[in-house]
Amino acid sequence: MSKFGKKKKEMPAVNTASLPDIVFMLLFFFMVTTTMRETTLQIENPKLPNATEVKKLEHKSLVSTIYVGKAKDKKLGNGDKIQLNDKIATPDDITAFILNERSQKSEAEIPYMTTSIKADIKSSVGTITDIKLKLRDVGALKLSLSSRKSEAIQE
Amino acid sequence: MARRETPEINAGSMADIAFLLLIFFLVTTTMDVDSGISKKLSEKPPKDYVPPVIKQKNIFEVNINRNNELLVEGETMKLGELKEAAKNFIDNGGGEGKEIDGVSTGLCNYCKGAKSPTSSDHPNKAIISVQSDRGTEYGMYIKVQNELLRAYTELRNRLALDKYNVSYDQLVDDFKRDSKNEVLKKKVEDIKTSYPQILSDAEPTS
Repeated sequence: MSKFGKKKKEMPAVNTASLPDIVFMLLFFFMVTTTMRETTLQIENPKLPNATEVKKLEHKSLVSTIYVGKAKDKKLGNGDKIQLNDKIATPDDITAFILNERSQKSEAEIPYMTTSIKADIKSSVGTITDIKLKLRDVGALKLSLSSRKSEAIQE
Repeated sequence: MARRETPEINAGSMADIAFLLLIFFLVTTTMDVDSGISKKLSEKPPKDYVPPVIKQKNIFEVNINRNNELLVEGETMKLGELKEAAKNFIDNGGGEGKEIDGVSTGLCNYCKGAKSPTSSDHPNKAIISVQSDRGTEYGMYIKVQNELLRAYTELRNRLALDKYNVSYDQLVDDFKRDSKNEVLKKKVEDIKTSYPQILSDAEPTS
């Protein structure tokens, strides 16, 4: 009857030897997919509008981004601010910004360059129009109004 | 003297280091694909440019005021009704289409609209003009643009389903995957020219 007197068998420890492998796999995945933000935002992170009819931006290197929103720095006031590269700018600086972006690309690529406007939903259309007029003057006609893809928009 | 055995490096903390890196990349990663409503700006008109005269019935006026309210063809409207109104306007087909290379496109034989004489003549003549106030919220502006684009997409899908038994979205997808296919290209072009997107942004009121 030694069967009953036996001490209860101890649970074997879970083998964690493959844990580093799993972690490394995840690590590589995130390392590959990560895209570092190359500009620090001077404006508050814009809340993008939702839309159903969005198109993906194809050539990432040919996209120049203009941010519109409220400044993080409260000293700059409460109105809409435009950010080009790392600085808060005025609509007049857009011409120089676009020309500068163009000078870094080859001649053949210039017609495919797109300007993406990342504006907060609370910003006003007037600011966007100012930007559009400047872009038209400089001949950067391809425009993308950045928005999130959603299935249906609510009223 | 016998060679001393090299001691094995303790790899127990490797997982910790990997975890640390993993968490760093997890935090910094942003998975957003850049997407947006694409628009083509019109070229800057020359100084002595005289805008062509367009019949009032071929213009669909959408006004957004600073309180984000809609005025469509002189009547207030809710955002939810805009798409249907725009579809009815584009798809009306009340008359002759515009001349392309000196050849008239004639009557719109694929339109299923009311053929009312007071609405647009032909989809390639139908202009949608959006005028907003400087104080209009950008979110509202995008919503209106989106509704109008949806009207076009639905009409294109309908036509493509009737003509080729496949939706326009599907056609475009197929064409993207097989961009050398001339037959697909022709089909996409055909649908595109049947319902061209003529969306114009009027200068905003201040």
